[in-house]
Amino acid sequence: MSARRIFARPARFAAIAPYLWMALFFLVPFGFVLKISLSQTAIAQPPYEPVFDFTAGWAAIKAAFGALSIENFKLLVSDDLYVFAYVRSLTVAITATAILLLIGYPIAYGMARLPARWQAVAMVLVIVPFWTSFLIRIYAWINILQHDGLLNQILLALHLVSQPVVWLSTDSAMYLGIVYSYLPFMILPLYATLAKMEPALEEAAADLGAPPGAVFWLVTFPLSLPGVGAGVLLCFIPIVGEFVIPDLLAGSNSLMIGQTLWLEFFTNKDWPVASAAAIILLIVLLAPLLLYERVQRRQLEER
Amino acid sequence: MADELEGIKAADAARPGAHPATGRPLLRIDGVVKNFGAFRAVDGVSLDIGAGEFFALLGPSGCGKTTLLRMLAGFEAPDAGRILLGGSDIAQALPHERPVNMMFQSYALFPHLSVRDNIAFGLKRAGMARADIATRVAEMVALVKLDGMEKRKPDQLSGGQRQRVALARALARRPQLLLLDEPLAALDKKLRESTQGELMELQRRLGMTFIIVTHDQEEAMTMATRIGVMDAGKLVQVASPRELYEAPRSRWIAQFVGDINLFEGELQSREAHRVTIATRDAGTLVVAEPRAPVGKTTVSVAIRPEKVKLSRRALDGDADQGPAINRLEGTVSDVCYLGGSTAYKVKLDAGGTVRSAIANTARRDSDAYSVNQRVVVWFTSNDCVVLEQ
Repeated sequence: MSARRIFARPARFAAIAPYLWMALFFLVPFGFVLKISLSQTAIAQPPYEPVFDFTAGWAAIKAAFGALSIENFKLLVSDDLYVFAYVRSLTVAITATAILLLIGYPIAYGMARLPARWQAVAMVLVIVPFWTSFLIRIYAWINILQHDGLLNQILLALHLVSQPVVWLSTDSAMYLGIVYSYLPFMILPLYATLAKMEPALEEAAADLGAPPGAVFWLVTFPLSLPGVGAGVLLCFIPIVGEFVIPDLLAGSNSLMIGQTLWLEFFTNKDWPVASAAAIILLIVLLAPLLLYERVQRRQLEER
Repeated sequence: MADELEGIKAADAARPGAHPATGRPLLRIDGVVKNFGAFRAVDGVSLDIGAGEFFALLGPSGCGKTTLLRMLAGFEAPDAGRILLGGSDIAQALPHERPVNMMFQSYALFPHLSVRDNIAFGLKRAGMARADIATRVAEMVALVKLDGMEKRKPDQLSGGQRQRVALARALARRPQLLLLDEPLAALDKKLRESTQGELMELQRRLGMTFIIVTHDQEEAMTMATRIGVMDAGKLVQVASPRELYEAPRSRWIAQFVGDINLFEGELQSREAHRVTIATRDAGTLVVAEPRAPVGKTTVSVAIRPEKVKLSRRALDGDADQGPAINRLEGTVSDVCYLGGSTAYKVKLDAGGTVRSAIANTARRDSDAYSVNQRVVVWFTSNDCVVLEQ
């Protein structure tokens, strides 16, 4: 056996592994969800029909296929409740991601310009909240934001307000919770691109007559775009499907799609509609991902 | 010795910019100090550079030469002292406010911009009209011979091509002063040598003032009209390449610039135009009287290897009269053939070792010396220098 073949085998397996992972943990469950989304709800176990019975023979399977329909999808795009939930999810995600970028970029930039030993300290400070459970941190915020919570006490003590402000169950509280929770996901990819950027590039721009603002917009920012893209995606996609933070901090008058999905699944026991909602969410989220990949590929091809 | 050195200086005066003191210097660095915490990187440097000069800052790494250059570009602000460019103090001016451009050691080309946009970057910032920018970019592209490469990105270029783009970008604004930070360090030896020539030719043609920072003494000697040697933040000698090589001011400079034999000894006597020094391991040497009177009695005699001659047998004539005034007997201990020359090491009977470099002027040299051969080492009193420190 030649040396080449010895190395070829594990290499080939390594190439297959991610596809195998995708098939096992994404495509197969996706197939199940897709099938349920095309079924009808039923008072049964499981709570939908038809149910494929591969032991029942060819005709039964054919009949089951015939029973599948896209009724659930029609319902989702025609009912305002669901359409609003999608629109609200996208609005919240876009707004929150924009706020995250505005806050995260200066922090990442500042970190990247710190002396090397302080960069490590700053990195730990960014990551340290992860050591506490996410739910506990959100409950802590409820504590801070509630009627007689820390925030209102401080505001009253400073005579900035004359009576307690309602924070909880507002969109402000929800945005605060989202921005707080996702900030590390925005900072870390931005920091990674900014830290590896050669400092001489900014010096060269200044040397060639660019004042500090121009240095940033003509050199630093364009070169940090891969980090911006990664940070935006890492925040935007999970925020669209976010369920816990809006449920705990926002009011109940308008729901995000994650909450709607939860209601359909657990309260209404309508698995098919919940599945259809999940499928549409996936399609909505696939769009920015594909766009990002196309831009990245074009950049690679240009090289 | 004194007369000869005057001759060296007179020859240098003919070179452009070698004597900025005659006119107002383009650049005057006056008592500049820069500290990084407790470390003093630049320690009271004063220097005048004339318009049209090709000046080299030479020194080992960490000597402060790059910090000094960065202060000229505006990336560091001096803690004390003035930097006058054309008469106005720019010490505290920001980089983008200075009529100075720099070529970076890493080239620092903008990876997201094409060759054309890299070169045009500084012109756009200067608010130049579009048509003029196109003309100037074309001119610069032709100057550095990059025709046809305008649309490429930096990572589609070779190292040599990137170096040219960096040079064109720095020259495009026609700065009063061009700073070059180790501009050739990233190139291989052959390319470096040809680029040295091109840089010199370019500087002459444009009549621009270049300040280059380098740790390579050969590079500094080849290109510069004047060299400033730095050590531990201080400017230890400013001189023409020839003066620096033939009349170094200290032992450290003598050893840093080129190869040299050093013999320590005691000053014994002073007569007409010559001093006699009893060295520890090379006998008694006679040296032409140095320019500056020697204050100390413990000194070093320094002589470059190519000025040390070898002879097979004892020389004729009186040692005190002939040109071969210093004669030392010894045994060849090492022979190293280098192509253009051969380097010999001779173990002296007096104890020391002396290195000699002899040009290979003929293809066949039946007279070549071999190891263990007895030889007479000789050199004139004018070929060596007395150094105090």
